Amino acid sequence: MENEQTWELRLYVAGKTPKSVTALKNLKKYCETHLQGKYQIEVIDLLEKPQLAEGDQIFAIPTLVRKVPEPIRKIIGDLSNEEKVLVGLNIVPVTPN
Amino acid sequence: MAKGTNKNITPSKKTLPKTATGIAGFDEITQGGLPAGRPSLVCGEAGSGKTLFSIEFIVKGITLFNEPGVFIAFEEKAEELSMNVASLGFDLKKLMVENKLRIDYVHIDRSEIAETGEYDLDGLFVRLSHAIDAIGAKRVVLDTIENLFLGLSDKGILRAELRRLFQWLKEKKVTAVITGEKGEGTLTREGLEEYVSDCVILLDNRVTNQISTRRLRIIKYRGSVHGANEYPFLIDEDGISVLPVTSLRLAAKVSSARVSSGIPTLDDMLEGKGFYKGSSILVSGTSGTGKTSIAGSFAYESCKRGERCIYFAFEESPEQIIRNLRSIGLDMTPCIKKGLLKFQSSRPSTYGLEMHLVVMHKLIKDFKPDTVVIDPITNLITVGSASEITSILTRLIDFLQTQQITVVFTALTLNTLIKEQTDESVSSLVDAWLQVRDIELNGERNRGLYIMKSRGMKHSNQVREFMITERGLHLEDVYLSPEGVLTGSAREAHKLQKKTEEILLKHSLIRKDKEIERRAQELQFRIRTLTSEFDSLKEELNYQSVEGQLKKDVLEANRKELIRLRDSTRNEQYVSLNNNKKNKGK
Repeated sequence: MENEQTWELRLYVAGKTPKSVTALKNLKKYCETHLQGKYQIEVIDLLEKPQLAEGDQIFAIPTLVRKVPEPIRKIIGDLSNEEKVLVGLNIVPVTPN
Repeated sequence: MAKGTNKNITPSKKTLPKTATGIAGFDEITQGGLPAGRPSLVCGEAGSGKTLFSIEFIVKGITLFNEPGVFIAFEEKAEELSMNVASLGFDLKKLMVENKLRIDYVHIDRSEIAETGEYDLDGLFVRLSHAIDAIGAKRVVLDTIENLFLGLSDKGILRAELRRLFQWLKEKKVTAVITGEKGEGTLTREGLEEYVSDCVILLDNRVTNQISTRRLRIIKYRGSVHGANEYPFLIDEDGISVLPVTSLRLAAKVSSARVSSGIPTLDDMLEGKGFYKGSSILVSGTSGTGKTSIAGSFAYESCKRGERCIYFAFEESPEQIIRNLRSIGLDMTPCIKKGLLKFQSSRPSTYGLEMHLVVMHKLIKDFKPDTVVIDPITNLITVGSASEITSILTRLIDFLQTQQITVVFTALTLNTLIKEQTDESVSSLVDAWLQVRDIELNGERNRGLYIMKSRGMKHSNQVREFMITERGLHLEDVYLSPEGVLTGSAREAHKLQKKTEEILLKHSLIRKDKEIERRAQELQFRIRTLTSEFDSLKEELNYQSVEGQLKKDVLEANRKELIRLRDSTRNEQYVSLNNNKKNKGK
């Protein structure tokens, strides 16, 4: 069941800072590995749309928000630790055989 | 006004530009407000009024100075905040609709946040920046930013980011208030005072003798003089009012105008004109000497002149005072109905001394009275020591003088101990001091009033008998007798005695008058008798002399006749010769 669901992920950044770029790169990598074909990543640049920060209660940058599946989870930081990200998002790792 | 004061004090020096907070009293003690365009730290324990201070800073900024503000709340949602301050008459919703206020609630829930790798607080910056730019805010509040430390574990990043945030706020040229909760041995739990170094304000809520007093202290204010004392403050339905402890100058305006005491005979003792306007008058006396009546008639008189008066009662309820004053012919109800008189009754133990002062201060500022009555000041001793009362009174008198308000204090002299403590120390503060004394004489207790002092006028030095009648108060003229000043029934007795003497004297005078009249009549009568006696004597004498003359004439004639008769017997010749001789002789 869970496997059928499309994961909606939002990454909040503020301009193209090294941390944001790293975070996005890391995120894409993890998703390709573990959620291939059933995820969407939306990158929101708060410098362009500051009004969106309030809705998801963003105060740190970069912040990754898992909108679907619920409940909402947030991970802040450049996502450099894969294990933490997977635990934080509650992704069942696809173990490569 | 605050800015004016600031200019007066340092006219030549360039001072730090300041932003008036609009919080009553705070701008006075900081001589202008918070440092403009810089962040200030407001710290204190939970419930010390930090959030209220900051929200009032924002709201007053909008309503008084037209400076829009942003409130970043880390603790309460916008709705909760609006509800909480609605009781203070702050309509946050309206201000938000008018685009004057932005409340941004930053919710940090540790349970739904994970951290991995490096991050910064750009999200917060973006939100803040967006809010500031959207309404052109000049004021910003971050309440309580330390909540970030609860939600995030990387303190190193947080500290660096906070430092950057405060720097950024300065660059934004907004006047910011950052609140922080008091920590163990430090001003704030996370040592925010290290970052916000321009102005640090500590709020405190202390309980002594089961009475809590809120106090505010400016710990640090870089580049500005400020009062270093602890200032008591009050939170009531109008928000915060801070009370300046002491004004540094003795430069209150003075007036030579006079106000009546409400007792004409007392005015007579004061050059016939009464007290100076804006002066302070102490009425002291033992219990039951009529201090409240004097204070009441002063209040009544001032309302009769159409002036406003506040009566602070620490002993009786307004109804009690009104009833009691009615018994001496003073009906206060019309004054209250006209809005000229305001009673403020409270038990001394309601708050601490400082709070009493703050409450009085605030009421006086709101009501703008011309006269104030405090009845009695000595009751306050139950909540403070004598020296504290003196300090309170100094400040109160000082404040009243600057406002040109005439004040009457009553003080109870219980026994020598309290007399020494209160009267003596207060006496140097007040301008006029009336003392009401018991005079015990002939098994009676009467009241004697005298003026201990009255600065700047020639006052009577006499003890007058102070009478409380149903037609009001009056002072009986000094009644001097050979035994000294007489009072009460002794005076009445003496008066009666004198009256009797007067009647007797009058009576005896009448008798004397009659006596004189009678004597005069008698004398006149005698004069008349004597005159008539004299007349008859004179007549008698006249008669005798006429008779003698007649006798003499007759005798002469007879003699001549005899001679003629004898001569006729002689010759004719001889006769003719004799006749010729006679003719020659003619």
